[in-house]
Amino acid sequence: MSKNQSSAPAKFDAREASKFFFRGGHTGWLGLKFSDQGENWVELELPWREDLLGEADRAVLASGPIVSLMDMASGMAIWQTMKDFAPVATLDLRVDYQRPARERSAVWGRVECYRTTRSAAFVRGIAHDGDIDDPVAHIAGVFMTIAADPRQGKVPSSDGSASEAGTGDE
Amino acid sequence: MSDFKLPPYADALGIEMCEFQDGVPVLMVEFGPNVEGRPQHYHGGATAGLLENAGYAALRVRLIEEGREAQLKPVNITVQYLSAGKSRPSFAKGRITRLGRRNANIAVEAWQDDPDRPIATAIMNILMA
Repeated sequence: MSKNQSSAPAKFDAREASKFFFRGGHTGWLGLKFSDQGENWVELELPWREDLLGEADRAVLASGPIVSLMDMASGMAIWQTMKDFAPVATLDLRVDYQRPARERSAVWGRVECYRTTRSAAFVRGIAHDGDIDDPVAHIAGVFMTIAADPRQGKVPSSDGSASEAGTGDE
Repeated sequence: MSDFKLPPYADALGIEMCEFQDGVPVLMVEFGPNVEGRPQHYHGGATAGLLENAGYAALRVRLIEEGREAQLKPVNITVQYLSAGKSRPSFAKGRITRLGRRNANIAVEAWQDDPDRPIATAIMNILMA
């Protein structure tokens, strides 16, 4: 959910941040790597791994790691756009799978943050296995930015704070 | 039920089948580095992985019961994050909303202490080829 990790630099740079983001935890376990970045987008690579199969008898990556890849690329695209490492929490993430990734192929996830408001950030992105014009999946997501919240630093709880975000308020 | 096995991805992440409730498998994952995002909290991707596996498991078990063999192909998944997953075990269980000949629609909930207070939910569409 929240991508708040302690020792980040003040001005966010996805390439630099990747050096410590992917040392451990879930994204380190997956082996995520920095691939490329722009003003408002970030691309990460999920290398092929034999034990992340979706089915035992087919050498095709499970869809779950693709969600992790796109969730992480989304958070980093938001920081890249805001030029700031403010905590964000995923509210909603939708993944549409067009086709399975090729056997034994790495998958890249490129996510763009196309809009930020006071309390929400909107992202869309593509997962591909080498050719971005032949996507494996499309994603769309909404994240809550927590910096604008007076209760700064708190992650949304189940008592309703999360529902304030998707309003596009400005 | 013994025919049913979790995929390699679920094994690698540390997901286990912990019980059956009304014939539906409940999956569980212990908190640990594999699933950690922000310190002491689940990464959203790990939570999604648990939800997705619970959705597939519910469908696989039902298909086995009905004597159907099918290759499952994900069409889409929409995950709603309701509250932060803390450093405790998480559970998930799927409910088949509609099972057709070619498509299944599945709703999944994940929780930690109280099944009535889900931390995340998912809606999945899965094609059966």
